[in-house]
Amino acid sequence: MDISGLTIRQASDMLSSGACSAFALTTALLQRIADVDASIRAYASVDTAFALEQARAADDARAKGKSSPLLGVPIGVKDLLNVEGQPCTCSSKILKGYTAPYDATVIARLRDAGAVFVGRTNMDEFAMGSSTENSAYQVTRNPVDVDRVPGGSSGGSAAALAAGEAVATLGTDTGGSIRQPAAFCGCVGMKPTYGRVSRYGLTAFASSLDQIGPMTHTVEDAAILLQVMAGQDVMDSTSLSAAVPDYTQALQGDLRGMRLGLPKEYFVDGLDDEVRASILQAVETCRDLGAEIVDVSLPHTEYSIAVYYIIATAEASANLARFDGVRYGQRVTSGRDPVEMYGATREAGFGAEVKRRIILGTYVLSSGYYDAYYLRAQKVRRLILNDFEKAFASCDALLTPTTPTPAFRMGENTGDPLKMYLSDVFTATANLAGICALSVPSYETAAGLPVGLQILGPALGEEQILRVGHAFEQRRKVEA
Amino acid sequence: MAGAEKRKAGGLDVAYVAHLARLHLTDDEVALFQEQMEGIVHYVEQIGALDVEDVAPLSHTVSVSNVWREDEPSPSIDHSKVMANAPEEHDGLISVPKIVD
Repeated sequence: MDISGLTIRQASDMLSSGACSAFALTTALLQRIADVDASIRAYASVDTAFALEQARAADDARAKGKSSPLLGVPIGVKDLLNVEGQPCTCSSKILKGYTAPYDATVIARLRDAGAVFVGRTNMDEFAMGSSTENSAYQVTRNPVDVDRVPGGSSGGSAAALAAGEAVATLGTDTGGSIRQPAAFCGCVGMKPTYGRVSRYGLTAFASSLDQIGPMTHTVEDAAILLQVMAGQDVMDSTSLSAAVPDYTQALQGDLRGMRLGLPKEYFVDGLDDEVRASILQAVETCRDLGAEIVDVSLPHTEYSIAVYYIIATAEASANLARFDGVRYGQRVTSGRDPVEMYGATREAGFGAEVKRRIILGTYVLSSGYYDAYYLRAQKVRRLILNDFEKAFASCDALLTPTTPTPAFRMGENTGDPLKMYLSDVFTATANLAGICALSVPSYETAAGLPVGLQILGPALGEEQILRVGHAFEQRRKVEA
Repeated sequence: MAGAEKRKAGGLDVAYVAHLARLHLTDDEVALFQEQMEGIVHYVEQIGALDVEDVAPLSHTVSVSNVWREDEPSPSIDHSKVMANAPEEHDGLISVPKIVD
């Protein structure tokens, strides 16, 4: 069975028609991982026995009459979402040997729907990075060009799809960590509206920005996966009570009657010429599909990375205080008291980027600097939200590049943290404003590198962005 | 990065802040981070150019507060599963180095 490129929809149809069993499908996927992952290293770990046990259970459930679009469908999970009984390293040495004692809410929901968890995907340590080069364990390569990064921080989840070793994966997105790797690897990635998906069981990086989202081969698959993931949860008081619509109903195939905005601040100097040409061609395709295209302005965009790196690191410095060697993870007991133990454990357990961000976050919250950095950043964050609210008063969605460049080369940005941060310039705004966003593959560069078209929608505008992404994707596939 | 000529951006002292964060660093790390982070702090200081006097801070994009639920008893995570992750255990409790002599 050739499972590379297999979609959730195709897998689901094969399973429900009896063309194959979940056991056979999972076995084929595990074989594919065994064949290709040594050169890509998308998976941090694969638990074959656990995967096959779930697949058998899915087959048994189907035999007893259960049916669900995800029943028996294998899913890869980013290594910071807790799956009971499985490792959850967050690609950090500090969580080496940790076994998750509970399921994240999204995992529990997917489990109830019959999904099969095949393995843990590699990532930047604690989701801090844009290339997956910050993993403490291994470097993941971009399957499209193995000398290039897969993006990050959900680089393993994106690379597994691009290498044909996943049907669908879960990622998390704090400043672009789903959309940027999706763009770099040529797959679909969605950051839902803040609060649409419960964060319970996600190892927190920046709690006011983090969201879990689907990474898939098609927009339809993203809709299918989001359908199961979305909804209010008593374990996350920030999860939204709004009813979850039927997302696949939004996939209409055309864009008639839609107004799509082009924010001029996303087409500035520094945007790669081929990325610009690709996105402008995608805009023309959307116009051809019936959309009205209008110019809009998001004037505070230029401040987004500064605001993002103040707020995200401030929240991270608090969230990562829990990794101190006391209750779980690694412990280094040099020194004679717990305070010495905290410092030594964190020195040995965290990588350079995590240390830098803890220091920056501690600094911007510290006495004497709080008002100038953290409080001021929160005020500018409101200006960024106001920009979007004004734009969405006249548009259903916005079209932008997902990233300023295609995938960069391994090692290209590792010596210059600020340069690495700037690769999030078009994605961090959606997290700051709490709105939803989708990256779908646009037209490739001359060298065949993927380019991501980002579709931004208002809060709870998932149906609009899925509709736009699906219509564009269908047309592009016909053209190709 | 012209770290040497740049003023100590905003007074960031990496060694001191690392101490506040309970994070030991080697001397090499302190030197490297000091230079790298002065560039980053200098970059984020651009938000100082905006007039935000009358803008209310936004800490959260979801405008909900005081989310209530019924206080119904339900099972907690099994004690043994939690203890399985503890670096050191003593009589069913997590043990740490002595705090007070």
